[in-house]
Amino acid sequence: MKDHRKSMKSRVKRFILGTNGTNSTLAKIIIYILLIAIGFLYIYPMLYMLSNSLKSQSDIVNPMVNWVPTAIYFGNYERAFRVLRFFPTLGRSLVVTLFPALIQTAVTALIGYGFAKFNFKFKKMWLVLVLMTFIIPVQVYMIPRYVMFFEFGLLERPLSIILPAIFGQGVNSAIFVLIFYQFFRMIPQSINEAAEIDGAGPYYIFFRIAVPLAVPAFITSFLFGLVWYWNETYIASLFLGSAYPNLQLRLANFVSEYTQLYSSDELLRINEGVRLAATLLIILPMVIVYFAIQRWFVEGVEKTGVTGE
Amino acid sequence: MKKRKMSRALRENLIGYSFIGIWVVGFFIFMFYPFISSLIYSMSEVKILGSGIDVQFHWFENFKNIFQIEEGFQFIEALISFLQEIVFQVPIIIVFSVLIAVLLNQPLKGRGMFRSIFFLPVIISSGPVINELITQGAGGAAIFESYGFISIIENTLNPGLAAPIISVFSEIIIIFWFSGVQILIFLAGLQKVDRQIYEAARVDGAGPWESFWKITLPSLSTLVFINVIYTIVLLSTFSENAVIISIKSNMFNINTGYGMASAMAWLYFIIVMIMIGLVALIFIPKTVKEGGKRR
Repeated sequence: MKDHRKSMKSRVKRFILGTNGTNSTLAKIIIYILLIAIGFLYIYPMLYMLSNSLKSQSDIVNPMVNWVPTAIYFGNYERAFRVLRFFPTLGRSLVVTLFPALIQTAVTALIGYGFAKFNFKFKKMWLVLVLMTFIIPVQVYMIPRYVMFFEFGLLERPLSIILPAIFGQGVNSAIFVLIFYQFFRMIPQSINEAAEIDGAGPYYIFFRIAVPLAVPAFITSFLFGLVWYWNETYIASLFLGSAYPNLQLRLANFVSEYTQLYSSDELLRINEGVRLAATLLIILPMVIVYFAIQRWFVEGVEKTGVTGE
Repeated sequence: MKKRKMSRALRENLIGYSFIGIWVVGFFIFMFYPFISSLIYSMSEVKILGSGIDVQFHWFENFKNIFQIEEGFQFIEALISFLQEIVFQVPIIIVFSVLIAVLLNQPLKGRGMFRSIFFLPVIISSGPVINELITQGAGGAAIFESYGFISIIENTLNPGLAAPIISVFSEIIIIFWFSGVQILIFLAGLQKVDRQIYEAARVDGAGPWESFWKITLPSLSTLVFINVIYTIVLLSTFSENAVIISIKSNMFNINTGYGMASAMAWLYFIIVMIMIGLVALIFIPKTVKEGGKRR
């Protein structure tokens, strides 16, 4: 009887504390509570945005209405859509997002492969300089670049965003060069040697052997490029300005553009509902892309060896 | 024999540069040339004329002026608050991402879902979006205010200490949102730690608490270094950062212009480099030791 009770007690103890702390039920419950609480804090701004963008003016000022609007109201989206001139602006955003991201991926793959597979003079120096281009704040070299683009008549044209990408100097290009450098270094040199003995040239090896092996690195780099170009606003505001505004720039000027369009109507004064609807419209395209192919984002960081060894 | 070896080296050089050449050319056009001109601008009076730009060299006038004119004071103020932000936010972001990575490294149901949630902010956090969220009170202020948290801090601490703490809490979600990439980097590092080390430690009587400090954290030290640098770069290049806004507005200000704005950019650059240098001084001796042990 006493024995039985003792084993019961130890079983309960094991159930709560586990055999080694980390896999006990109590620890698990605490971990779940922590993760859910922090996860909620993470998506709180999204929920706040969604809830308030669907509220009418009377719901927003009504203190009784907290999370759920009394009636779902799409007026905010309608007006935000019009102020942002959503579809034409989306088209412009895509031009300065898709093209540089695609070009940057291709070019940085080439550069990363060069660094990974060949020995040439000043290689170490160039690699250090690649790292430096990541650390130096954009502001240091942006003013002369602005003057240069002004002199060549490139300002206010998408080419001002695309051109640096062609030369591997786009947004965070250095990171992609390093990703491809790491990735191609992992491919054993013996594969290259075997192909060379069979008479394959370096470019044949790159396009026919290395590129097919690096598909995950390509996808991850393209997606990150897409996201970073989509969210980039400093360079865009400087080079594209008000002549070629993308979605982010329209959002930055939302208040003034809204009052211009709806100044006559007292009932349609700007409120947080409209502003949050506009914000949600801006992030929507990337959120859709993310949830459609999120494993490429998350696992990509692990697979491509960004962490570096 | 020797000649053939030479030509092979030459061939390798040529092939190597045929791959990276485009980067080298781009580096000189888009980085090196602007970098040097910006240094010259920072020590010149730069005027925009109809025919082009006029650059008059005058040594350190611009740098002196930063400490003498109104626009300069505003810039210095922005710089100081930026430094405060870095000192507070970088440790929070690093500690927080280690914590989340350790939690996500446990064998849990729904790990993938949590991982996607914690990474989601990276996808959407652009300058204007975060700006809107903060001004609309979705940055975290509302949660803490509604529980009287902010007023407790205000009443109990002296104002000098309370102000930065309150600003941290009122933007806590935004701080969390800057942690997405760092969490994944730590998580990838944790998954490479050999499980057997933990087993061995457990046999020797180490609890999870000791395992964390003695095994997990040391094995992450290189990644902590990488992530601290990454976070500093991320925060210092964020487009809603007050210093950056100040530099940009001075670019198109008649009183200051490109010359003064370049001087400000250089001051900012030097300060960011000093910060990164300090971090490297703290971490590199440690990581070299770690790396040596591992290899």
